[in-house]
Amino acid sequence: MAATQDTIDRIAEASGTYKYGFVTDIESDKAPKGLNEDTIRFISAKKDEPAWMLDWRLKAYRHWLTMKEPDWQKVGYPPIDYQDAYYYAAPKSKDDAPKSLDEVDPELLRTYEKLGIPLKEQEMLAGVAVDAVFDSVSVATTYKKKLEEMGVIFCPISEAVHRFPELVQKYLGSVVPYSDNFFATLNCAVFTDGSFVYVPKGLRCPMELSTYFRINEQNTGQFERTLIIADEGSYVSYLEGCTAPQRDDNQLHAAVVELITMDDAEIKYSTVQNWYPGDSEGKGGIYNFVTKRGACRGKNSKISWTQVETGSAVTWKYPSCILQGDNSVGEFYSVAITNNAQQADTGTKMIHIGKNTRSRIISKGISAGRADQTYRGLVRMLPKAEGARNHTQCDSLLIGDQCGAHTVPYIESRNPTAQVEHEATTSRISDDQLFYCLQRGIPEEDAVALIVNGFCKEVLQTLPMEFAVEAQKLVGISLEGSVG
Amino acid sequence: MALLEIKDLHATVEDDDGNPKPILKGISLTINPGEIHAVMGPNGAGKSTLSNVISGRPGYTVTGGTVTYDGQDLLEMEADERARAGIFLAFQYPVEIPGVATGTFLKTAINARRKANGEPEIEAVDFLKMMKANAKKLGVADSMLKRPVNVGFSGGEKKRAEVLQMAMLEPRLCVLDETDSGLDIDALRVVADGVNALRTPERGMLVITHYQRLLDYIVPDVVHVLADGRIVKSGDKSLALELEAKGYAEFTGAAA
Repeated sequence: MAATQDTIDRIAEASGTYKYGFVTDIESDKAPKGLNEDTIRFISAKKDEPAWMLDWRLKAYRHWLTMKEPDWQKVGYPPIDYQDAYYYAAPKSKDDAPKSLDEVDPELLRTYEKLGIPLKEQEMLAGVAVDAVFDSVSVATTYKKKLEEMGVIFCPISEAVHRFPELVQKYLGSVVPYSDNFFATLNCAVFTDGSFVYVPKGLRCPMELSTYFRINEQNTGQFERTLIIADEGSYVSYLEGCTAPQRDDNQLHAAVVELITMDDAEIKYSTVQNWYPGDSEGKGGIYNFVTKRGACRGKNSKISWTQVETGSAVTWKYPSCILQGDNSVGEFYSVAITNNAQQADTGTKMIHIGKNTRSRIISKGISAGRADQTYRGLVRMLPKAEGARNHTQCDSLLIGDQCGAHTVPYIESRNPTAQVEHEATTSRISDDQLFYCLQRGIPEEDAVALIVNGFCKEVLQTLPMEFAVEAQKLVGISLEGSVG
Repeated sequence: MALLEIKDLHATVEDDDGNPKPILKGISLTINPGEIHAVMGPNGAGKSTLSNVISGRPGYTVTGGTVTYDGQDLLEMEADERARAGIFLAFQYPVEIPGVATGTFLKTAINARRKANGEPEIEAVDFLKMMKANAKKLGVADSMLKRPVNVGFSGGEKKRAEVLQMAMLEPRLCVLDETDSGLDIDALRVVADGVNALRTPERGMLVITHYQRLLDYIVPDVVHVLADGRIVKSGDKSLALELEAKGYAEFTGAAA
C-alpha cells in the first residue's frame, strides 16, 4: 500500500486540480497532419497490415466522406477541423518492440506508475492482466502467455490482425458496420490500436482482463478499436479505465467497441472513464464520441455494460445490446457525473429480436455546476420478440441551481406480448441531508461524495471489487467544488 | 470551566419573504460538565432554533450575544467543526440518506473526527466491535445497521438510531431536540435508558422537549422555560412538574 500512497503523492505533486493531469515527454513519430487516403495508407503501413485491412479502412474512409456529423444530440461544441489533427503517433521505440517490461522505455514505465498502474506489482499481486495502450500502440502486455495457455487470446488488435486474421475478418465490423455512424466510420478508417479478446468454448476466464487507455500526444485523435468474442458457454469480465494528461486543446476521441456472445456465453464490460474534462469553463477537455455495441448472437447469452463516466468535456455514448438469441439478456448500468461546464448525452439501446429476451437499464445521472446532461435511451421490441421484457430506471440528481438534467426515452414495441417499463425520477441533494452529515462531523465535500455514492450504489455495486473502490473515490473527486 | 456558555443570544431566521424574523431575543444559559439541562416551552418559543443555532445549521443569523463552548467561540466555527469538537444534535426529524448504510455513515463520521485529530482511520474490526456492542445495548438489530440511514425506519427506530450515533461519536455536549416526539412509552424508555447510559461527569446535555414525560426518565439538573425567545424561568426538576400541572399559559401570557 505504501507504493500506492507514494504514487498518489507524486500525482498530487505533478498536477494542479486535475489529479491525473501530467504529460510525459516521449519522442513520437507522427503521421502528417490531416486526414486523407495517404494518412490511412501511412497508418496501415506503419502497422504492416495485410491488404484486406487497408481495403476495409479505405472503404470506410470513402464512405465517411459522404457522411454528416450528427447534430441531434443535446451538446454544443465548436466545429471540429478534422484536417487539423494528427491521426497516428507512436512511441519511437516501437520498431524494436520490447520483449519484456525490462525493455520498456523507463519514461513510459514511470508514466504508468503515475497513473497508479505499476505493472510488475499488478503482475504479482493483483492477478490482473493488463494490455496497456500508450499513445495508440500497445507496448506492454502481461499475462498474455498464461491466458493463451488456457486458450484465451488477449492481445493488441494490431497483433490479432497478423496472428488471427480469420477471427478478425469474421467479426470486425460485424456488430458496428463500417457505415454505422459518422464517428464509428471515422474510427474504421483510422483506428490505431485497442484490444482483441477471444474466449474459447466452455471457458470461464478466471482473470479480469483490463486495459488502461491513455491519450498523450497533443492534437492526436485517439481511435481505439476493441473486439471481444465469447464463444459458446464462455465468460469474460473486461475492465476499461482511463485517465488523460492536462492539455489546452480539445482532443477528439472516437472509439469503437464490439462485443459478441455465442450460445450461453456472457461478457461483462466495465468502464471507468476519467478523461480530462477541461477547466472550469470546459476549455481543453476531451470530446468523447464513442460507439459501443454488443450482439447476443446465441441463445441464453448475456452482455452487461457498466459505466462510470466522470470525465470528458463532451460525451456522446450509447453502449447497446442487440438481443438476437432467444432468452438472451442485456444490461446497462450507468453513472454519469457532469460538473462545471461538462456536457453528456448518454444512454443505451436495447434491441429485442429474439423470444423472451430481457433487458435492464439503470441510469444514474448527476449534474453539478453549469453542466448539462441527457439520458437518451431506446428500447425496441421487434415483431418476433415474443414475451420480451425491459425495465428501465432512470434517476437524475441535481446539485446547485444552474445545471440541467434531461431524460429522453424512445420506446418502440411491435410485439403485443412484450413488456416495457420506464421509471424516472429527478431529485436534488437537500440542505437537510447535507446538514445532517455536517452535524455528524463529515466535511461538506465528503458529505456530497457520500450522498452521491449512495445515490449511485445500485450501479457501483455491479462493478468488480477493485474498480468499485476506485469508482467511489472518483465520484468524490469529480464533484469537488460543486457545493458551497 | 463551563462546557457551554450562552450569553444574551439573539438570532433571526429568514421568513418566506426573505426578511429576518427575530426568534431568540436574549438567551443566557450555562451548562457545566456533567449537567443535564432541560429546555421546555410552548410551540414557537424558539426551542428548535436554539438547538439549530448551537449546532450551526445554515439559515439562522446570530444578531447578538456570544456562545462559548469549551473556551472556544462557537459562533466562529463551521457546523462540521462544531460536530468534530464534540457537539452532537439528536434530530427531531432524522434525515434519510438513500443508499448509504448506517454503518458506513457512522464509520465516515468517526473517521472524519480522527482525520481532523491527525489520527489514522479506525480499524474495520474495531469499528464493528464497537458498533455491535452499542447496538446491543440499545436494542438495535444488526440488520438495521446495514439498512440505509433512516430509510424506511419507524419513528422509534429513527430515534434509537440517533442515540446509537450519539453513543458511537462520544460527544461532549449532547443536544436532544424533541427526542420524545413520535415515541410510544416503551420506545421512550429504551431511548431514555440509552441517553442515561451516556451520562458521565464530563458530558453535558441540553434536552429540549415539549412535554414533561421525557424528564421522568431523563432527570435534569436544571429546567428552563423558554417563551417568545427568552428564558422566563429556571429551576430544578420540580419546575417541570409544575409546568405539567399548570401549562404554559402563565408564561405566554407574560410574554405577550
